[in-house]
Amino acid sequence: MATILAVDDSASMRQMVSFTLKGAGYDVVEAVDGVDALNKAKQQSVNLVITDVNMPNMDGITLIGELRKLPSYKFTPLLMLTTESAPEKKQAGKAAGATGWIVKPFNPDQLLATVKKVIG
Amino acid sequence: MSIDMAQFHQVFFEESFEGLDIMESGLLGMQPGEADSEEINAIFRAAHSIKGGAGTFGFMDISAFTHIMETLLDEMRDGRRDVTSDAIDVLLKSVDILRHMMTATQDGDEIDTDVVKSQQTELERILASDASGTANDAGNGEGAGDNESAPAETPDTSGSSDEIVGWKIVFNPHDTILRSGNDPYRIIRELSELGETEVICDTDQLPDLKDFDVENYHLSWEIRLNAAVEQQAINDIFDWVEDDCDMAIIPIAGASTGASTGTGSPASAVPADSSQSQSADAATAESKPAAETEPAPTSAPAPATAAKQAAKPAAKSGGAKGGGGSIRVDTAKIDSLINMVGELVITQSMLGMLGEDFDMSRVEKLNEGLSQLERHTRELQESVMQIRMLPISFTFSRFPRLVHDLSSKMGKKIELEMIGEETEVDKTVIEKIGDPLVHLVRNSLDHGIEMPEDRVAAGKPETGKIQLIASHKGGNIVIEIRDDGRGLNRDKILSKAIEKGVISDAGNLSDKQIYELIFEAGFSTADQVSDVSGRGVGMDVVRRNINELGGGIEIESTQGQGSAIIIRLPLTLAILDGQSIKVGDETYIVPLVSIVESIQCKPEMLNMVAGKGETFKLREAYLPIIRMHEVFGVENPQSTNITEGLLVVVEGDGQRCGLFVDELLGQHQVVIKSLETNYKKVDGTSGATILGDGSVALILDIPDLMRLARRHQPIQFLKSA
Repeated sequence: MATILAVDDSASMRQMVSFTLKGAGYDVVEAVDGVDALNKAKQQSVNLVITDVNMPNMDGITLIGELRKLPSYKFTPLLMLTTESAPEKKQAGKAAGATGWIVKPFNPDQLLATVKKVIG
Repeated sequence: MSIDMAQFHQVFFEESFEGLDIMESGLLGMQPGEADSEEINAIFRAAHSIKGGAGTFGFMDISAFTHIMETLLDEMRDGRRDVTSDAIDVLLKSVDILRHMMTATQDGDEIDTDVVKSQQTELERILASDASGTANDAGNGEGAGDNESAPAETPDTSGSSDEIVGWKIVFNPHDTILRSGNDPYRIIRELSELGETEVICDTDQLPDLKDFDVENYHLSWEIRLNAAVEQQAINDIFDWVEDDCDMAIIPIAGASTGASTGTGSPASAVPADSSQSQSADAATAESKPAAETEPAPTSAPAPATAAKQAAKPAAKSGGAKGGGGSIRVDTAKIDSLINMVGELVITQSMLGMLGEDFDMSRVEKLNEGLSQLERHTRELQESVMQIRMLPISFTFSRFPRLVHDLSSKMGKKIELEMIGEETEVDKTVIEKIGDPLVHLVRNSLDHGIEMPEDRVAAGKPETGKIQLIASHKGGNIVIEIRDDGRGLNRDKILSKAIEKGVISDAGNLSDKQIYELIFEAGFSTADQVSDVSGRGVGMDVVRRNINELGGGIEIESTQGQGSAIIIRLPLTLAILDGQSIKVGDETYIVPLVSIVESIQCKPEMLNMVAGKGETFKLREAYLPIIRMHEVFGVENPQSTNITEGLLVVVEGDGQRCGLFVDELLGQHQVVIKSLETNYKKVDGTSGATILGDGSVALILDIPDLMRLARRHQPIQFLKSA
């Protein structure tokens, strides 16, 4: 089964995402910020990254940019969690190499539908 | 798949309260006119997380309220809005309101909507105010981008929707599209989920094999969707890739449906004619505005109201799971505990094996095992104690806000400096030291720090300074509250104390002894009462609270330069380093920290002052003697002659005295058992402990014991030294 890297500095959101995905049978690796995520992504191969945007240490958009630079993440789907009120974030994310976004607030079903869409 | 979101509520509340603390301390650290981007960013991030979490977990009113705060913070962060003290104050108040909303939601209580509404109005007022043009734009700007383009195309679609039977979609991905992680085939697959599709693949751009770059994308597509869906549904599918492709979405009117020819399967890709790409380009240009459309941009307030009812039951169940006093423990501490238990198990199995066939030749081994057991038990004990230790920042964190609020209320300028916030203290201390500290800091603010103009007149900087300092000193926690205010007024205290009958005459009291008078019960200088301090709780209560924690309080002051309150507390409240002393058949424990020295009293050192009790002279100071057997009514002391027993010189609340005892036994750690919960409060003691032989010994509370003795000899203590 595919491995998904879930990145969020908020423990509750991370748990929710992680719990939902695990429930659907995915393997989930959690990271608390961009730096943590980048390290984990380097340590093991991940099929999909779902990252929050606003995080300390390294934000989600920088993370996406950094991941895209790595040969093994050149084509990997990288999704960002963003709020509907932040179109400029979506643009910045796309410019950095994001595949797409999941608009917050979202519920587990929406999350799963999007993930299935991307990695089946 | 249904997931019980309530299981995440507790974590959400915990992190949100932490977020509120971050916001509060960040806002307090912000200076009007300055925009420290790191600081604002941290505050913004906290607000953003709360909003996102609240929205996800169904607390829509919290989400909506935080959204307004976030908008304001966002403008400040981008420099679109000046940081004014007004804005900071409103944001601070909003943090309070948010905390109320969160607490109410967590406990399943009603949110006070009036308060929330009025604060919301305040926030909106700030957002609308000093509309430096740009700021106003930004206020509505976020959703505006979406809303503008949405209506622009909606009539377009709906106007002709009656006749529309399908869509022709020209999809020309850029060669770099794969590097965004998007797979064009996914798009086609999703389109086919909307209805029957015919797909035509254009391979014109496909290079020769020698030039072929597998990382680039070379195909173009034309998809005919034979379904009368809303254009928005198609837009949504292309949402992620609109910048990675040229595309056109062209409605097909009724009659043209019959023209469909293809097999409808994406696999049967048919080379298209050359005019294809041309028309695609043309279509691209005209459809660009539509392509820029954001997905379903419902504005935040709308779902907020819609989901309001839904949020209620969710909040209830969240509240049910909350509550209960929990401690967050550093995992390192738990690791060390587990490690220790492991060691203990090894030692235990070693002793077990030893016991199986024991003979005297193995005594040495047994002793070794026992001392190992002792060491591990002690280490385990220390590790367990560590769990109860929390940084004092838990208590200190409330003070920036308190000082900010009170100083602006009183028109004083005060800078608060906190040092040693990471100092760890027992959880009980954290819980109980708060109120006394608040009282002391209020005092410093109210009585200590002068008004700015008075300070300038006195040649001091306009801004006063209050320091909160925590540190470890010799097995104690020391908390100091220092200010550079006017200091205590010796004469005023003295005359007040005489007037109130706390003392009968000034005698030859040292300054320090006079300052100590403010801790006496019944001492309250009436003309100092204000709504900031002097709420009827005197310094005597503060001292009693500190004493109950096994600590002591001292005061230092220099007139015109400031004063300092110094609180000393034991490291832990569960275990105490004690010295056992013997009086008759009784054993008492004296906290080791209170003991200065022990002496054998010589007759020439004794000094009886008529009506004022016994004293002894120790290096030029006259200290009172407390006869333990008299205070505790011990019937058969070894001797009642001071020179035949021992005097244990102890210190408490800055005063010293000699305890007359029969003999000193040993020093050891004792576990403190509360007398109040098991029996009743015994004057002069702070609790009891169980000795190795199973008997009970009282633990002495030195300051309380001194007060107890003073009741028999009222002036004596104040006159000593």
